[in-house]
Amino acid sequence: MSPREVFALRDHLGPELTGRTISDPRHLLRLSDLTVQSCLAGRSNELDGRAVLLATSGQLLAGLAMIEIDGVARRMLLCPPDLKPEYLASVISDAEIDTVVTDQPERFADCGVDRVLAVGLPREVECRGQTTRATEWLMLTSGTSGVPKIVRHTLEGLCGAIIGDRPAPGASPVWATFYDIRRYGGLQIFLRAIVGGGSMVLSDPDEMLADHVARLKARGVTHMSGTPSHWRKLLMSGAASGFAPRYVRLSGEIADQAVLDGLALAFPNASIGHAYASTEAGVGFAVNDGREGFPAGLLGAGEGPGRDGVDMKVVDGSLRIRSKRAAQAYVGRNAAALTDADGFVDTGDMVELRGDRYYFVGRRNGIINVGGLKVHPEEIEAVINRHPEVRMARAKSRKSPITGGIVVADVVLTEGCDDSHAAGLRDEIVAACRASLAPHKVPAMIRFVPALDVTAAGKLARTDA
Amino acid sequence: MSARLRIIAAMKQIAEEQKVKLPPLADDLTLNETGFDSLAFAILVARLEDDLGVDPFTLAEDAVFPHTVGDFIRAYENVPA
Repeated sequence: MSPREVFALRDHLGPELTGRTISDPRHLLRLSDLTVQSCLAGRSNELDGRAVLLATSGQLLAGLAMIEIDGVARRMLLCPPDLKPEYLASVISDAEIDTVVTDQPERFADCGVDRVLAVGLPREVECRGQTTRATEWLMLTSGTSGVPKIVRHTLEGLCGAIIGDRPAPGASPVWATFYDIRRYGGLQIFLRAIVGGGSMVLSDPDEMLADHVARLKARGVTHMSGTPSHWRKLLMSGAASGFAPRYVRLSGEIADQAVLDGLALAFPNASIGHAYASTEAGVGFAVNDGREGFPAGLLGAGEGPGRDGVDMKVVDGSLRIRSKRAAQAYVGRNAAALTDADGFVDTGDMVELRGDRYYFVGRRNGIINVGGLKVHPEEIEAVINRHPEVRMARAKSRKSPITGGIVVADVVLTEGCDDSHAAGLRDEIVAACRASLAPHKVPAMIRFVPALDVTAAGKLARTDA
Repeated sequence: MSARLRIIAAMKQIAEEQKVKLPPLADDLTLNETGFDSLAFAILVARLEDDLGVDPFTLAEDAVFPHTVGDFIRAYENVPA
């Protein structure tokens, strides 16, 4: 195959596109400089045909290295920041890793991989890598329990939703995300910036939210993505004032009406969209009408691919997706099949048809069992979140000797709340739940808490459910 | 407030929330006759655990769920401190 037929990231750094940058809290680099510089000391040709674990301490080096490794290595596994050390060996073995690219060589001294290539801030070099192949992109699923699964993508599939999905026309976009770019949701944004001719402003887990927002403003961020939990945190912080993105994107969790309305109020000039995507199924669709759920028409008639080559159906309540943007397979010795015989990925996300719209009700494996009746915590949270004084909520199961479990909820309020007000507020929230939920779904107890934990992947932590 | 009074107060509260018409709570009233369903009892036991710091039905390995209101209250009164 001639190199020109392969689509690689480096081909999107044309020197004619000046003014594009990639930045984190400490560094600001010009993307056009990367055509003559290397973060691998010009040694990327040594990665030709290799199976590379890309494991850097921060996102900037990860992003730079992705640009250099893509099109050279046989495969590249993006190591997320929170991979537990006990899973490293099985990930390396299942992905048949033979080379580690890292700025922390000591971390990989005993991992059984001989070849370690150092990555650092880019400097000018004579020799730059050439695109010779379509590199396999491997990512880890973000599940909170057990060994993460390795999912195999192609760059073409990862970028499948990017062309023709540029919601706000205008000058070259400056993208930012609360996500880490080594996860699917964040990688989508990084790729949008690189492939879509824009700039990229990276997040940093050690940075205070107010400092992060100040940086977003200073860099002129126009397009920003995160989970509903990320966005709720921003709305709650009061730090959003003065930040005026043109496009606000939510993904990774259910975007309920409350958070969509809250964002519309905070960013009156922004187009606000929520996207459905997963590491396995890829980007399914984006919804830009400001309403929770998605039009039933997106499902098509089950007669071959619908819009954008994405085919969706609902079986036993869960959304199934067949798409060119979906991953190609799970990787590893005991890897399960990614799709059913017809090529559909079972997302495990449960939906319900009401009128002409489907609504997400929760994860299949997150169900709370109350005396044999099933409850999705997310449907309760969506009701609680509609209360104007509530910023975010988490419903969970509490063990019961009578019914196995009952529903309780932790609630974060928009403003602090004194004890005299708490009882009345609790009654209002319970009344709202009672009005729209079956009795076993109404929280038996509501606790007001100052904050709720959010995982490294930006999702509401549900581990103690 | 004694355990007995707290239990009765909690039952009245839950009856109101669950729209259950509670008969007079005599000791020999069977739990079935209270009109509480298993969800209402589950909520009651959870709230009493928070209020009294004990759940006698989870604590005991051979827990038998009580038959009457009196049995139910005694289960709380008999828990070793």
